Amino acid sequence: MATRRDVLKLLGGAACACATASLPSAAFADIPSSRRLVVVLQRGAMDGLAAVAPLGDPDYAPLRGNLALKPPGEANGGLALTKDFALHPSLAAIQPYYGKGELLVVHATGNGYQTRSHFDAQDMMESGLSAKRGITDGWLNRALAPLQKGKDRLGLAVGGATPLILRGAVPVASYEPAGFHKAAPGFVDAVAQLYAGDKLLGPALQEGLKAQSFSDGVLAASMPGGDAMKGAGGFGPKAFKPLCEAAGKLLAAEDGPRIAAMDMGGWDTHVAQGAEPGRLAANFEGFAQGLDALAQSLGEAWRDTVVVSMTEFGRTVRVNGTNGTDHGTASLMFVLGGAVKGGRIAGDWPGLRELQENRDLRVATDSRGVMKAILRDHLGLDGQYLASRVFPDTGAIKPMGGLLRA
Amino acid sequence: MPAPMAAVIAATRFGFAPKPGELATIAGDPRGWVAAQLNRRSDFSPTGLSPGPEMVAAMLAARRDKEERPELKERLKATYLAELDARMRAAILGDAPVLERLTQFWSNHFTVSGMRPFVRGVTGAFEREAIRPHVTGRFLEMLMAVTAHPGMLLYLDNAQSFGPDSIAGRRQSKGLNENLGRELLELHTLGVDGGYTQADVEALARILTGWTVAPLRDWRPGTFRFFQQIHEPGDKVLLGRTYHNGGIDEGEAALRDLAAHPATARHIATQFARHFIADTPPADSVERIARVFRDTGGDLKQVTLAVLREEAVWREPFAKVRTPTELLISAYRVVGTKPEPGLAFMALKKLDQPPFLAPSPAGWPDVASAWVSPESVVRRTEWCQTFAERLADVPDPVDVMASAYGEALPEEVQRAVRHAPDKRAGLALLIASPQFQRR
Repeated sequence: MATRRDVLKLLGGAACACATASLPSAAFADIPSSRRLVVVLQRGAMDGLAAVAPLGDPDYAPLRGNLALKPPGEANGGLALTKDFALHPSLAAIQPYYGKGELLVVHATGNGYQTRSHFDAQDMMESGLSAKRGITDGWLNRALAPLQKGKDRLGLAVGGATPLILRGAVPVASYEPAGFHKAAPGFVDAVAQLYAGDKLLGPALQEGLKAQSFSDGVLAASMPGGDAMKGAGGFGPKAFKPLCEAAGKLLAAEDGPRIAAMDMGGWDTHVAQGAEPGRLAANFEGFAQGLDALAQSLGEAWRDTVVVSMTEFGRTVRVNGTNGTDHGTASLMFVLGGAVKGGRIAGDWPGLRELQENRDLRVATDSRGVMKAILRDHLGLDGQYLASRVFPDTGAIKPMGGLLRA
Repeated sequence: MPAPMAAVIAATRFGFAPKPGELATIAGDPRGWVAAQLNRRSDFSPTGLSPGPEMVAAMLAARRDKEERPELKERLKATYLAELDARMRAAILGDAPVLERLTQFWSNHFTVSGMRPFVRGVTGAFEREAIRPHVTGRFLEMLMAVTAHPGMLLYLDNAQSFGPDSIAGRRQSKGLNENLGRELLELHTLGVDGGYTQADVEALARILTGWTVAPLRDWRPGTFRFFQQIHEPGDKVLLGRTYHNGGIDEGEAALRDLAAHPATARHIATQFARHFIADTPPADSVERIARVFRDTGGDLKQVTLAVLREEAVWREPFAKVRTPTELLISAYRVVGTKPEPGLAFMALKKLDQPPFLAPSPAGWPDVASAWVSPESVVRRTEWCQTFAERLADVPDPVDVMASAYGEALPEEVQRAVRHAPDKRAGLALLIASPQFQRR
């Protein structure tokens, strides 16, 4: 596990050096007002209906059963956004941004393909193509191409390997915490399941996890700030926040990178998803606290920032047999930042009366329309380039209007 | 047994793991593939690596001159990473993985560990110079090369062992160091139950006095040197045989006799069977392998082929738990990429098997109980996820599973990999699976 010192050392040392040292400020002269963009990829398919629950939809509560969010005002109830929609209580850390008009929810979004395979859907979400053939680079990298001047790196991959969305012809910087770290709970569960019949590895893993959680408890209790740094650089929900803090500092630097992509996993909640609390709630909490930390560490630069989240697809409307949800169709995007015209829910609401294949929320808004608007209005990319190169063959998908402050 | 299982065993037990596309070429004739590997040229490349004596000389210089030390420190680090990288490259990307496994097996049998700082710069060179050339040759040739290598002579103190009655020993009142003599009998040849006594240990130590490393003032510092003036005079009796007063020939004769000793055949056969068959190998397998060792005069290619003929090898898939080193090499090999040496070192350090740094002359343990503890299994699980998260280019885990195992994995593992939430998670699960944790 990384200590606070490791992280600070990294921020002050190697990571900053690779990301920023060689970037003269002049490299950004051509970018409108040094604007920042952060794309957060929620891998595993986030349940949009749990994140922002359509409490006003009469079909919601009956279809969602015991996973339905309780109305605002009740214990563990949702946080009211509009009269019809409520934020999951574990996302409380981003609620204030809604109040300040800096958080926009685009509900019922999809990425323009029909597949329920995580691998394929993530490849397409990141490539920006509508077929799996010939994927070599990501749309965010192609979006960097006209912005990138000289050999200095404008793009930043946060946390480990560069994700497909940022891979391509334009070189990008990367930041990763040192060492290797605690595994994500979902992954540990999956491994434990595979080890269940293994007389050697099974009991050892169980015993080891027990010992680990004991020592974590002791450390968190005895070290000031121990809990905050727990999981720094790891893979669980708490690992997201330190990464966001690091990303914010790097992006805030005057001569730092401007366009970042980061991952957060743990969204594939087939089992014991829980309404509140539960595994999904813990993930929401880590996610929201991370975004809040990102805003804080960006400081003044927050004004010029757009953060957008996306996931490969949504989850089934109904609860499955293991108190979770299965692979669905539409989910939602959070658009957050000082440059965002927020405090509202954008996009049409398709309703839950008619479901996609009688199981999923239908797509009302193509995510590429949202991204096109941000790339055009925030970063100044040309509409023609967006429709032909960044998201090829998408002339019919218009940039969504009015997402950003004028 | 699913169709490709014999190929999986050949690839994982004798190599490390199939690299992309390799399993298909093994499947036609798994035994034949292993046998053919023994006739291959190694694709290990020592380009840019310093010869052992050069490193020894640099260390001798730094011992004498303080000013040399900072530079040596840098050089040691660079050398370590370069040696590790060359070894990893051959094991992960190369086409002769069986030769690489044999190299690592024998290098572990004849451990020279950088845990003794004075040999830190020469551990990789030792493996290249004393082990590599002989893995399909004669045991005696390897034993000679090992015992005369400056790395071993320094690691087990023989370089400083003086015959008490030798000219130099009497003049400087220096005496015997029996470290190498003991380990030669206990670890390298006869085995701890090989029927030798303390008197035999001392006799062998006396026989080996004078086997040392050329000092800085020598015309070739850092190389092997026999100095008659520190060799103990007089006859020595080792294992009931008298070695008459001589010089380097005493040691050569003793090594010849030790290599031909039936206890050595049994000891090597046991270790081979433990490595290639099971932690507790069948006694009859050990007996047959030992017989081949004896009958062929320690021809290591024939001994390896003898293991291949053991039915027990092919009966039980996944019989051995992979050591951390095997796990790391195999994981990278199945995806076809090599980690940076610094990253590999950090990972193996955390997994308690830093390369070239075994805790004792006995080397790393070769049984599951040494590698499977509650803490270590958690860390291995963590590493599996880290490995997948850090890969620059993540392949489809379903493709990796197919190319590494065909259909040989249990349905539940195949399902878990197919249904993982993303490619990295799928790959991590494959690597963490009970089957990939073994070979």
